[in-house]
Amino acid sequence: MSKNSSHAIVVTNVVKQFGRFAALRGVTAEFDAGRFHAILGDNGAGKTTLLRALAGLAHPTRGEISIFGRSPKDACRDLGYMAHPSLLYDEMSGMENLRYFAGLYGFSDDSRCEAAIRSVHLDPSLARPVGQYSQGMRQRMSLARAILHDPKVLLLDEPFSNVDVHSAQEMVGLLKTMREAGKTIFVVTHQAALLDGVADEFIWMEAGQIVDRTAKAQREGQR
Amino acid sequence: MNSFWAVTLATLRKDIRLEWRSKDALNSMLFFSLQVVVIFVFSFDPLAEESRQIVGGLVWIAFLFAAVVALNQTWARELRNQVLDAYRVSPAPANALFLAKALGNFIFVTVLQALMAPLFIVFYNLRALGPAWQLIPITLLGTWALVVNGTFFAAMSLRTRSREIMLPLLLFPISIPAVIAMVAGTSAILTGENSAHFYIVLLLTYDVVFTTASLGLFETILHAE
Repeated sequence: MSKNSSHAIVVTNVVKQFGRFAALRGVTAEFDAGRFHAILGDNGAGKTTLLRALAGLAHPTRGEISIFGRSPKDACRDLGYMAHPSLLYDEMSGMENLRYFAGLYGFSDDSRCEAAIRSVHLDPSLARPVGQYSQGMRQRMSLARAILHDPKVLLLDEPFSNVDVHSAQEMVGLLKTMREAGKTIFVVTHQAALLDGVADEFIWMEAGQIVDRTAKAQREGQR
Repeated sequence: MNSFWAVTLATLRKDIRLEWRSKDALNSMLFFSLQVVVIFVFSFDPLAEESRQIVGGLVWIAFLFAAVVALNQTWARELRNQVLDAYRVSPAPANALFLAKALGNFIFVTVLQALMAPLFIVFYNLRALGPAWQLIPITLLGTWALVVNGTFFAAMSLRTRSREIMLPLLLFPISIPAVIAMVAGTSAILTGENSAHFYIVLLLTYDVVFTTASLGLFETILHAE
């Protein structure tokens, strides 16, 4: 892929095999910066694998991924990743967790952690360990961890799963704010309806391939 | 402070905090070692002379098996909630994580040794006939040999289905030279028959080689799928 491409993220013919099973089968796509992409599809369609490949956690068997002209590993400071599990230590408080992860990015100021926690509408002074949080609080703290280093691209895997409707809508509101702040957002979800009117594009995956891309306006026309 | 040492210290602090709160590794290691002490006290008559001959092997076998418990815990913590992925997507150096884990395990096993040493001395009527101070380098170098390899192989077996079984299978054979040096060195000091100098040098060499190799290879292990 050319480093001069106008697209922020370019995925070129990416194949990801686990043994003989191909989770991604030649995915090629380009994504612009500052847009909200919802990735949809049945279980096993390859959504999570695509997200992990973008995060640099799954290395493509073939093909190439470019994020702002760099490999995902080189672009790691620009990427914020939130997985289905929380990626947090249950025995530590939210603030303790974020303080540790901030250190991995070279930040040592508590104010950054506090701001990240406040931005997801949680209280930084909450001393309770994360293991005792409700699922909705844990998801939000996980989002706080992902945005801690102010990444340009957010990769979120099923952020609304196992959370009540109110918490899910609150998270959608947060993501909308982040998109308006110029972040490029990818959300893997089974709850497409939550993102109607918010996501700029709906990407449909099936059997390891992108089978359809629907822009917001098109989708609104279809409804 | 550069980022390598900052991340190492932050990870070490975090691991000590987690262990302090859960006491998962220390409790299991302590329970296992206590069992060894008690069982062997009843299985033979621990007269001073006999003890000096065999307790070197007994002590190190107890610590080796107990250390495996701690080593499995080290990475199990990182697998819960897939926290390791948060480290993998960060720009933090992989070998800082390895060094912090090895140092953490070293501290936990050393604490165990400090707690168990008086019991071994009392139950087995131990008194060193050789230079007792040499037990310090033997213990420190031997413990580092166990934890540096153990931390590395525990990370290697992370993604295997039966990692608790895989760790001893990988760790014990490669630790044989170090274990022999620890046992022979400890026996030499307790009986006063030989010098432990050779074993100290052997352990030092072993530690340098395996620490360097582990630090160099850990990035590949961390990012393997």
